[in-house]
Formats: sequence, C-alpha cells, structure tokens
Amino acid sequence: MEVKTLEQTGGFTSKLDDMVAWARKFSIFQYPFITACCGMEYMSTACSHYDVDRFGAGLPRFSPRQADVLFVVGTISHKLAPVLKHIYDQMADPKWVVAFGVCTCTGGFYNNYATVQGIDTIIPVDVYIPGCPPRPEYVLDGLMKLQEKIQIEKKAY
Amino acid sequence: MGNLHDRVKERWPHAVLELHDDRGDETVVLMRDDFTVIMKALKEDPEFDFQMLMDLTAVDGKDLGWKPRFEVVYHLYSLSKNHRLRVKVRVNERDALMPTATTLWAIADWFEREVWDMFGIRFEGHPDLRRILMYDEFVGHPLRKDYPHNKRQPLIGPKN
Amino acid sequence: MPELKKTRKESMLLNIGPTHPAMHGIVRIIAELDGEEVVDTDVEIGYLHRAFEKHAEQDGYLQVIPYTDRLNYVSPLINNTGYCLAVEKLFGLETTERAKYIRVIMNELSRVTDHLTCVGASAMELGAFTVFLYMIKAREMIYQLIEEVTGARLTISYTRIGGVKADLPPDFASKCREILGECRGVLKEVDQLVTRNRIFVDRLKDIGVISQADAVAYGITGPFLRSTGIDYDVRRAAPYLVYDHFDFEIPVGEHGDNFDRYLVRMDEMEQSMRIVEQALDKIPGGPVLLDTQGNEISAADMVDEAKMGRVTGLCGKSASTDPTLEGSGRGIYEKIESGNKEAMMPPKEMTYSSIEGLMNHFKTVMVGHGIRPPKGEVYFPVEGANGELGFYIVSDGTDRPYRVRVRPPCFVIMAALSKILKGDTLADIVPTFGSVNMIGGELDR
Repeated sequence: MEVKTLEQTGGFTSKLDDMVAWARKFSIFQYPFITACCGMEYMSTACSHYDVDRFGAGLPRFSPRQADVLFVVGTISHKLAPVLKHIYDQMADPKWVVAFGVCTCTGGFYNNYATVQGIDTIIPVDVYIPGCPPRPEYVLDGLMKLQEKIQIEKKAY
Repeated sequence: MGNLHDRVKERWPHAVLELHDDRGDETVVLMRDDFTVIMKALKEDPEFDFQMLMDLTAVDGKDLGWKPRFEVVYHLYSLSKNHRLRVKVRVNERDALMPTATTLWAIADWFEREVWDMFGIRFEGHPDLRRILMYDEFVGHPLRKDYPHNKRQPLIGPKN
Repeated sequence: MPELKKTRKESMLLNIGPTHPAMHGIVRIIAELDGEEVVDTDVEIGYLHRAFEKHAEQDGYLQVIPYTDRLNYVSPLINNTGYCLAVEKLFGLETTERAKYIRVIMNELSRVTDHLTCVGASAMELGAFTVFLYMIKAREMIYQLIEEVTGARLTISYTRIGGVKADLPPDFASKCREILGECRGVLKEVDQLVTRNRIFVDRLKDIGVISQADAVAYGITGPFLRSTGIDYDVRRAAPYLVYDHFDFEIPVGEHGDNFDRYLVRMDEMEQSMRIVEQALDKIPGGPVLLDTQGNEISAADMVDEAKMGRVTGLCGKSASTDPTLEGSGRGIYEKIESGNKEAMMPPKEMTYSSIEGLMNHFKTVMVGHGIRPPKGEVYFPVEGANGELGFYIVSDGTDRPYRVRVRPPCFVIMAALSKILKGDTLADIVPTFGSVNMIGGELDR
C-alpha cells in the first residue's frame, strides 16, 4: 500500500486513545490543595518566572468538581485528612493526584502524633514529587512525568 | 527599671514563692490563690502597667520530678515602661486548675485553650474551653511528657 | 402602594474553609450572617498542627533548627535567628560582629519576602493579579540571592548556634544592591497600580478596623499593631544583634484598618531595604574573610584525601564549601566561631580533615552527646515579619531541650479575627484575612 505523507493527504491518522490522551495531558485543570511551606514553591512555579502555563496546567480550579489533577501541596495533618478525602471523592473521573513535597509522600521528618505518614494511606497517588520543599524545576519535572502517565494511560471512556 | 521582681516580692511577700533574674529574665513564682489579684494589680497599677500578655504556656515537669507537676508560665510586657516579667504558677496534676486571665487580657482566651488542649490544665471561668489545635476525637494531651510523640489517632486511614 | 412585607430576620450559617483558596488552605471560619453582614464568626485553626514543640523535645538543640525553618516558611531566616539567639542566651554566648551583620542582612531580606508575599497575595484575592505576579517576580530574585548564600531557596537552616553556616559569597554586596534596586522598581509599580486605585482602596479602607485598646488586649504586635498607631517594634524596644547601629524608621498607621496595614507593610519593605544597604556598607571583616591566596582545595577533594588517610597538612587549610553538593563550589570560607567548642559545630573543613574535628562534630551532633546548655530558662523575642516572635526554652542541662515554646505572632491576630470581622460584610472577610498574613506553620506549629 502506498504511504502518503502528511502534505499529500492534508491529515494524519492516529488512535482515538492517543488523541484523547494528548488532549487531556495539555489541559490539566488542577486543584491546588495548599496547606504549608510547599505552597510558597507552588506559587513560584505558577508565576511568571517558571510559568507552569507552558504545560497547559496554568489554570487552577478551586472547585474539585471542575478539576482533573489534585495537587496536594504541604503537610496533611490528621485533622485535615478527612477533608482531603472528601475533596478527592468529589472530583470527577478521570482524575490524578500529585503528592507535592516529602510530607505528602511519606510524612517527611514530621513523624509525630499529628501528621499523616504519606497521603497514599488515604488516597491513591500518581506522581510523587519529593523535596522539602521541591524546587520549581522538580515540580515541572513531576508535571511532565504526569503528562507521560496521562498519555500512556488506557482508560475506558 | 530593674528589680521588678523585688518590687513584686515587697508588695506581696506572702504570695511570692520564689524569684530570680537568671540571664536577665525577671521571674516570680506566685501562689495560685493570690494569682488573680496580683495579675490584676500588675496590669492596672501604673507602677507595673503590664498591658500586654505576650505569651502563656505551660511546662510539664514529669521527667524532672517536679512536685507540683505543671508550671503555667505567663510572659508580661509593658508598652509604656518597656519592661518584661515572667510569672509562673505551679499546679498539681490531680488538681490541674488555674484561674482564668481572660477577664484581664482578651488573648488569654486562645492561649488558655491551647494550654488545655496540649497539657490538660483547666482554666476556671474560661468562657469557652475546648480544644484548639487538635480535634475533638483526640484522646489525651500531646505535650504532656507521658504522651508518646508518635502515638497517632487518625480519623481516617490506617491506625498508626 | 402596599407596604413592603417585613423581611424575615433570620441568620444564616456559612462555612468558609478549610480548603477555601482565600483561607490559604488551613483555616475554617464559620460565619453567622444576617444578609451580607457578619454577625459572628468562629475561627477554627489547627489544621496544620505539626507538633513542633513536641519534636523539639525529642531531638538535640542543633536538630531543632530545621524545624524552625518551617514555622514561618515565608521568612524562615527570622525563625532561625530567633531560635539561635535564644539558645545563645541560654549559653551566654555572643557571636562575632560579622555574623551579627550577616544575620541582620538575611533577616531583613526575609522580611521583605514575607511582606511581598503577603501584599501580593492579598492584592490577588481582590483581583489585582498583576500585583501578585510583579511581587512574586521580586520575591523570586530575593530567593535566588538567598539561595546563593544559604544553598536553599526556602527552608534554609542557615544559622547555627554561635554564628551562621557559611559566609556571604564574594560578590554578594553588588548583587544585593542590584536586586534591591529592582525590588524598589517593583514596589513603585505596585504603588502606582493600587495605592490610589478606587476598587482597591474601597475594599480596604475602613474595613477590618481594630482599635488600639483591642490590639493591645489581644497582644497583637508587628505591622498589625503599628497600623493602629503604636510604634512598638522589638528591633527598637529591645535591640538585638546590631539593630541599634542602623538608622531606620518605624512606619505607623492611624486607623488600624486594612489599608493602613497595606501602607505599613509597603513602608516597612523600604525600611528593611535601607537597613540591608547600611549593613552592607558597615559590615566588618573578621574571621570569615576569604583567603584567595593558595591553600584552597575543594571539600570533595579533601574528603577523598582524608578517606585514604592522607591527612597530614590538611588541618588548617581552608576548603571550598559546597552548599549545593553539586560540585559548583561556591565560596571558600572559614567559619564564624564563637570560641566555645561545647556549643559550636566545628567547620566542615575540620570535620573532614582532622580526627579532633570529626570527634568534635560527633560530640555536638550525636544523640546522647550533643551540646548541653546550662540549666535554666530563657525567653528571647525578635521582630518577626508578623510581630514579636519569641522563643521560650527550658533547659534541664541535658542534650535535649526540655521545652521549646514559640510565641507565634499570627496566632494572636487570628484570635482577634472574630472581633475584627464582626459588623463587616461577607466580602470583607477576604481582604481582612489577607491582611492578617496568616502563616499556617507558625499559627498551628
């Protein structure tokens, strides 16, 4: 069979899965669940210097029902844990969770009576960004990892 | 300026149990019974004029074997005179009760709630004594020395 | 015309937070509303309680320093300094003159970042998004400067008991001046954008008013107190470090409303920058001067040599410290010493090159050894970005603090919030809360 180039056909073929995933990964509506120190680096990442908008993730939505990605930024205490779970449950599928900072990954150096030892004990996590707090470059790297994950994900829709 | 604690001792000789100015921090230890009267005088008397309650906290002396187990510590500051005084009152574990300072300084409200939350010391006459930092389901008082620092009481998720 | 039916007088409860974006994630306000008016509020905190005070009792004196970074994470250097000054008071130590100047410079830079964040964020919440972007741009520049000095952007653990971790980089002064110039530009732009902006002023003026008497009764300090007209500033009332060497003003407001707090913060940034500039002019040399003539090897080389046992002649040489651990090797310094071996960590060069240094390091750091201040109790206040930040430390003579208590400046303001909000409208909760500059780590500890 003769293979035509893009210029000849004026179009190209792809799998629907890939197309949908491609569209999804560049339209990340994030819900920033900001609690602590990491919020400062989240702010730095979101603002003009690092410009998270380049990755199609520039628009935070402050309603979980409109968000795709839950950014859990900062220490989660046991008092706050039910709230986090509640927010996660309100998000519509497909949804992803990014654990931002080492406190959300493992509890960090807050091994005490008040702190949740990693949010993955409460909700599933897709990407872990360690660091206390992670530098904006780490965050962008984590975001790109998340995009890769969204691209190859097989989801029923 | 200077020798504030001596002046306190002079005025209420029977009520001051101990006093020192270790490292420049003037400190008096008061009897609990005279606490309210003396604090009121410290605040309102122009000689002392402590308009501000800078800090209110407690220390659990269990590991040091203190006989009245707790010390409630007040840090007072005077804006007009620019001097400071630390006032301490000792309370027993069995009778962990302090007269409230909310009638004198409004901020004592939250500080006392915190001391109750963290140490389990009650404040008599406090308008709304409930937990402030921890949640209502939490059992115990975490800053007491006999509370293990990593004993978790999660609301959801795995136990500890 | 029929008479209007009398409206039903019934209050409504509205829950705001803890994840509401204007509540900065961790404060819950339960507001009782009568129409638009706030009748009463219940402010609930504690969502970021991380047990700082309990942790401090578990670890050694030096290990507490990283936890203090995370108290007020917008101006961590002030917390570092406050804690170290309190422990130094316990020891009866005094740092070198140069270390004091460095601390002052870093403190004031931190104060500027704090006010930039506070003003920027509260302006954003009122719709002035440009202001936020401008201010974060300025903050980013200061962060880069801080990173060059300390090796980290935010959680820096820069001070040590008895001094600071490392000296300023060689071209710090010129870079710092340049960045301060840029900051001034940003502040001027912001000033032109919002200070006389009708919308901005209307949202802030005569909103969130607190009287002098109330502010004092609530123990409020810092910009919040100064906005009511009381010029209390710990830097002036009880000068610590070398604050009495500088010429600076304490800006005060008169109405105690949100707008005055905005103005006070804007002025304070200018004053802080003035202090930094004076400190850069006056900073003395000292035991931390750069040795450019020979005798330098990189810390990594020194470790490699020492590992193979080739330590003769290494002691006494200066090694290039490497704050980033990437081998970029910024700066070659000896450290700032208090002269008290029992309190200070030895310099990294000594640790890596001599057995005495290594033992000394071990003795100051390991559990069961550690530094041991004499018995006693101290309270040391410093001027934090939000007000008086006090550390009350009780020592029982062992290697762990018996009790560390922080006097959190924004805790007291949050306690007064309920009173401040009463009588304002629902929409006023956001700017008033923004002007509090609530920092969770410090509020809940």
